[in-house]
Amino acid sequence: MNIRPGPRSPAVASPSPPLLEIDGLHVSFDTPQGVVEAVSDLSLRIALGEILALVGESGSGKSVTARTLVGLAGPYAHVHARSMVLGGHDGRPLDLLRQSQNAWQGIRGREIGFVLQDALVSLDPLRMVGREIAEPLLAHRLVARSQVATRVGELLTRVGIAEPEIRAAQYPHELSGGLRQRALIASALAGEPRLLIADEPTTALDATVQQQVLSVFKGLASAGFGVLLITHDLAVAAQLADRVAVMQNGRLVESGPAQDVLSAPQHTYTRRLLAAVPTGATRGRRLSAPDAAPVYSRAPVDGEPLLQVRNVSVSFLRPDGSLLEAVRDVSLQIGRGETLGIVGESGSGKTTLGKIALALRSPNSGDVLFDGRPWSALTEAARRPVRAGIQTISQDPLSSFDPRFTVERIIEQPLRLLGSLDKAARRRKVAELIEMVGLAPELLARRPTALSGGQRQRVSIAQALAAEPKLLICDEPVSALDLTTQAQVLDLLADLQQRLGLSMMFISHDLGVVQHMSHRIAVMKDGVIVESGSVEQVFDHPQHPYTRSLIASVPNLAAHQTHFWASSRAAP
Amino acid sequence: MSSTELFDTVLRGRAAAGSRRRHPWLAPGLLLPLAAVIVLAFAVWMPQWFTAFDPDAIDTNAILEAPSGIHWFGTDELGRDLFSRIVYGTSQSLTIGIGATVIACFGGVILGTAAALSPKPISRLLLRVIDILLAFPEILLALLVIAVLGRGPLNTLLAVGLSSIAGYARLIRSQVLQVKLSGYVEHAVALGEHPWTIIIEHIVPNAARPLVILATIGVGASVLTASALSFLGLGVVPPAAEWGALLANGRNFIDIAPWTSLLPATVVAVSVISITLVARRLQTLLARGDA
Repeated sequence: MNIRPGPRSPAVASPSPPLLEIDGLHVSFDTPQGVVEAVSDLSLRIALGEILALVGESGSGKSVTARTLVGLAGPYAHVHARSMVLGGHDGRPLDLLRQSQNAWQGIRGREIGFVLQDALVSLDPLRMVGREIAEPLLAHRLVARSQVATRVGELLTRVGIAEPEIRAAQYPHELSGGLRQRALIASALAGEPRLLIADEPTTALDATVQQQVLSVFKGLASAGFGVLLITHDLAVAAQLADRVAVMQNGRLVESGPAQDVLSAPQHTYTRRLLAAVPTGATRGRRLSAPDAAPVYSRAPVDGEPLLQVRNVSVSFLRPDGSLLEAVRDVSLQIGRGETLGIVGESGSGKTTLGKIALALRSPNSGDVLFDGRPWSALTEAARRPVRAGIQTISQDPLSSFDPRFTVERIIEQPLRLLGSLDKAARRRKVAELIEMVGLAPELLARRPTALSGGQRQRVSIAQALAAEPKLLICDEPVSALDLTTQAQVLDLLADLQQRLGLSMMFISHDLGVVQHMSHRIAVMKDGVIVESGSVEQVFDHPQHPYTRSLIASVPNLAAHQTHFWASSRAAP
Repeated sequence: MSSTELFDTVLRGRAAAGSRRRHPWLAPGLLLPLAAVIVLAFAVWMPQWFTAFDPDAIDTNAILEAPSGIHWFGTDELGRDLFSRIVYGTSQSLTIGIGATVIACFGGVILGTAAALSPKPISRLLLRVIDILLAFPEILLALLVIAVLGRGPLNTLLAVGLSSIAGYARLIRSQVLQVKLSGYVEHAVALGEHPWTIIIEHIVPNAARPLVILATIGVGASVLTASALSFLGLGVVPPAAEWGALLANGRNFIDIAPWTSLLPATVVAVSVISITLVARRLQTLLARGDA
């Protein structure tokens, strides 16, 4: 990493210097395509006891900023800034622009704690959690060897882990996601840094677990730590942060107290981001173009249901021979033109339910009817001609595309199965479909690896529509997408449902997305539907305790958003 | 930033900072083998460019001559120019090498796919067959085939090819098992594609992707096996100028004319190493392209 200080601004005397002060940070990378500037002219400050949320979409430069602050921008990075100063332990300011690699080793862990997104890959799988946490203690010679175990216990307790002695003797894979993430935070705290940088610390976690981890950060901030929280999730920022800084394409577009930025955004990009967050308040509204707002009306639902799942149970044999009941006695139905949202945390059986609907897995008991006729009971040969009627859109479309195929060949796949279209007709139909999902025809010759996440999801939708299905099974279709892309894809799905009268099973862990999209909702936990009903029933008057805890644990932006909407409407 | 880059920064520190990536094909360790492979290709295509001597012309005035300006690699016991025999032998050796690899790949794909996708009793049987074949050294299997079919260039090609099927089959089987579980195969089922279409259009082409690379490395190995067969006198029939046959012939005069065995051996070694190195490089480049 090449670090050169830029021209210094005249020193400003201030009575209480902030914990971290960055002024005019630029980070650029040498790439085969030339020099790419990832961060331009970024200025931030964090005080002790303050949580600053750096929000932005992928590629906005927020992670690069975090890595630069711990000297890990990488060998191809050029970093320069007017100043980048951290208040050190001994009260002396540390100039982060002028540190040798050796000095960085003394800073990382000791002055700045760094928490990464995925604790499973960030913790050494062959080491017990206690040893991992002990490492910074020993590396920075903070406690005597005899005291290490006690100190590790204290740290684990501090991040809210019960029975610290037992946990310290376990390996990362033996811990649940939430415990693992907290253990990672404990290891970042071990060196007693005053600044904690957390890069998407809760992105991989379920809502209820996320809540636990977020409360750890809240506790640390009130204990006097400064926290830089990197997140793409505006709701998390809203709940946790004292101040919010919004980044777009490497630039800071807006920053200020969380309350102000989120309820009265000044910059158009911030406004667009906030408008794109799906919640109960956005139902029937366009997420990607709120101002144009031709509100799509919802298709009416009547008559015999399209899909009926009756008392279905599925179990798997675990490797140790025990039985895992993934789905237990589940019954549901989806009407024509209706969207049924299925929410639940990971392992609740929602994906398995989707596969049963697609007849990719047969139920151990119970049956599924499609269009009033048997579906799960058919032989595969008898089912094949009917399959076109149920199509699927998955979270990761890349894995459902043959890696050798171009976009055109992918969309063409279901058309070939119809058998009735010749080459020219297929080509016309593909052109029609790609236009319908809003992609440029030039993309037809590309391979899916050369597309962005949003484009891939559109290709996947085009392919599903090519079969002219009646029912779409969408399994976490927008979980891997950025907020603005997610908004476009959700709008597209809603438009297509409106236009083609599709029914949808919409599976997601994201309550906001499901609430925005669905007519009815089923809540799953441990393979059982614990509650189902209309969106209003389930969200406004949840009956089951699990539903209540799930709704309570979701960081909510709705209050801010309503406020923002009210103010934006009032504006002339 | 990838974890390796992270590793670079942390452990190597500033040492990595100034490094610029060189063009991947310009490294001397690659440029030389690449040049050798190109020369080999020309030797197959246009042997007359390299030498004016007829490889089979006997010259009783120049028996077992040492390498000189006229006979670059010397001559053999019948006064034939060794350099032109090696050049003309290239096409024989490489045809056997490439042909045998093609046979091995085809056989491997069919056997491996069948072993992965057939019903359990059949797949178990096929897997045992593959295991048994793998237990024998390739050269022994090749000898067995020669014993049944007899000598000659075509039979050598068949022998070398058939004897190396098992290795490819094993690779393809594991690949097929992996591809079978992939999202796009499941997706094809959900689209309603016929099982045979799925096997032919999705499973086999994707499972065979690593084969391309393995096959290029396999060509070198096949050249070596074919040479070994000829060396044992079981490959091509004299006076064919196959490399292994040249080597075997030179062995008789190793005391008085060491070049007659040393130089063909060097050519075999250099060719096999060059082909393998180029194949390896191709492998890493393709792997990077995939990622």
